[in-house]
Amino acid sequence: MPLKDYIGFCILICLVLLMPHLMVNDYYLGVLVFAAFNCLACIGLCLLMGYAGQISLGHGAFIAIGAYSSGIFTTAFGWSPWAAMAAGAFAAMVIAMAVGIPTLRLKGHYLAMATLGFASIVHIVAVAATGFTGGPAGMSGIPGLRLFGYPLDSDLKYYYFAWAAVIIGLYFAFNLIHSRVGRGLRAIHGSGDAAEAVGVNTAVYKIQVFALSAVYASVGGSLYACYVNYIDPGPFDVMHSVMLVTMVAVGGLRHLWGAVIGAVLLSVLPEILSMAAAPLRGIGIAYRPDYDILVYGGILLLIMMFLPDGLFAGIASAGRSGIAVVKKYARGGRIAGK
Amino acid sequence: MELGVITDWLQFLFMGIQRGAIYAMVAMGFNMIYSSTGIINFAQGEFVVLGGLMMVSLTMVLGLSLVFAFFVSVAFVTVVGILMERLTINPVKHPSVLRLIIITIAVSMLLKGGAMCVWGKGSHYMRHFTEGAPLDFMGATVMPQTLWIIGILILLVIGYVVFFNFTMTGKCMRACAINRDAARLAGINDRRMVMLSFALSAAIGAIAGIIITPLIQMDYARGALLGLKGFGAAVIGGLGNSLGAVAAGLLLGTIEAMAGGYVSSHYMDAIALVVMLAVLFVRPGGLFGKSEEVRLKEF
Repeated sequence: MPLKDYIGFCILICLVLLMPHLMVNDYYLGVLVFAAFNCLACIGLCLLMGYAGQISLGHGAFIAIGAYSSGIFTTAFGWSPWAAMAAGAFAAMVIAMAVGIPTLRLKGHYLAMATLGFASIVHIVAVAATGFTGGPAGMSGIPGLRLFGYPLDSDLKYYYFAWAAVIIGLYFAFNLIHSRVGRGLRAIHGSGDAAEAVGVNTAVYKIQVFALSAVYASVGGSLYACYVNYIDPGPFDVMHSVMLVTMVAVGGLRHLWGAVIGAVLLSVLPEILSMAAAPLRGIGIAYRPDYDILVYGGILLLIMMFLPDGLFAGIASAGRSGIAVVKKYARGGRIAGK
Repeated sequence: MELGVITDWLQFLFMGIQRGAIYAMVAMGFNMIYSSTGIINFAQGEFVVLGGLMMVSLTMVLGLSLVFAFFVSVAFVTVVGILMERLTINPVKHPSVLRLIIITIAVSMLLKGGAMCVWGKGSHYMRHFTEGAPLDFMGATVMPQTLWIIGILILLVIGYVVFFNFTMTGKCMRACAINRDAARLAGINDRRMVMLSFALSAAIGAIAGIIITPLIQMDYARGALLGLKGFGAAVIGGLGNSLGAVAAGLLLGTIEAMAGGYVSSHYMDAIALVVMLAVLFVRPGGLFGKSEEVRLKEF
């Protein structure tokens, strides 16, 4: 892992430790906990989109699989939440392979539509299979997590725990992309044919990354279920899968930090927009949360058209040119000093 | 009793054909853009919704005549399709397919949000094209609107065949779909053909929306599922093969209606998607395509 990424980790850890002291109340802390769940799903999705060059429009379904596994195994079978989480992750992996193996062996973006269809099926089942999932009314009484016998019973404790999970997941993902597998994946993104020619088994790599990204989403879903203690099919619709793709694309496909930035920004954006509603009303614009989809769509369109590598790449290149300007002036100063 | 079974079956069949005709039209729209650009347009379902909602406003609110409102609605959505291509697809230089697909997702969000702002969240009622009692066919009822849908689908298919086989523009579009570089060398303006494919695909989507609205009461959020099932039809028929898509659309609609009638109405929507996934997994070239073709095809 390059030094830059270690610095990135230090900044992230500092921000995570700093944020609770800047929060005026627990509500905003809760928003950041949800951002952490999205972050986990986005890290996996970024591995798939940015490194294997495939879109999944079904990651909301893998979140649902994690959440419902946690819900069903803990309430109906009395498993510990950790065992339920592992079961959910395993189920997500198996299902991802079942969807991925036939579609990822084909060229192109068949996976996008297969996952979209799969996500719709999962949502329909979550609504219709009332015996297992509680149907539209949802299921409640999902027990919270305990860490070494110590209950995570406040927003603050869960906040630290969720972000610790993100940091561990991110660290693992970074290690993966700097390994043999990661280099293979980047070769696939550069040119699938060239990668195959030098001996990278493109289909197997893509399937493995898809399964891994499903596990990330599923763990995010399990953590979500244990945090809110209640799940219903509402948050797991196809729109949420599209939102996850939006987060990754806005932050930047080509870099894991982009996924983190995109997930956090778009997770807190509704709060920013609802705060902006009051001043907007002052100038005669009645902003409603309904309009969020227009804002999201607009941001996604503008980023994809003008900054296709995402916000992170934009910030990074702005930073580089800033450093270059500073260096130039510093050199100029020395010359003048001579 | 015997007659009752047949009556039920016929009833489901009519319902299936009526749904299937819509999927077929959406699939034709997918195929046109796919052939010219190699991308799947995720905003295809929104064209259907926009067409239907525009028709509702023109006929039910403004009280225009059906024929006039029909053409105005189609023209409106066609303009939306052209604008989409000119403003979001055309300006992107050296696009990757991934990027273009995400752009169409963004456009679909904007169109959906826009439709919600203009028409609200409720569903909209529209009167049927022709007044009159439902027809009786061996005990099964057939809405006159269903006959309109079937008739318009037949006209569209005839128009499609004539356009792509007997007009210069249609032949140019086909040439672009087969090999864009070669078509450009032969003097065809391929960028214009892409714009034309968006215009035609938007128009077909709008027509589908207009004719189905009297039966399903259109609302802003229907685009995603209509689009997805239309894509299912396109996959089953073989991507790029529009006549295959029409047959597949009718088949998909019929399977869905039969499953809804005989198995479970809760899972009706899921069954169409399961069929789509099954075809995608087993015969990705479509039921009517050759299996080796799909290895060469990329999207």
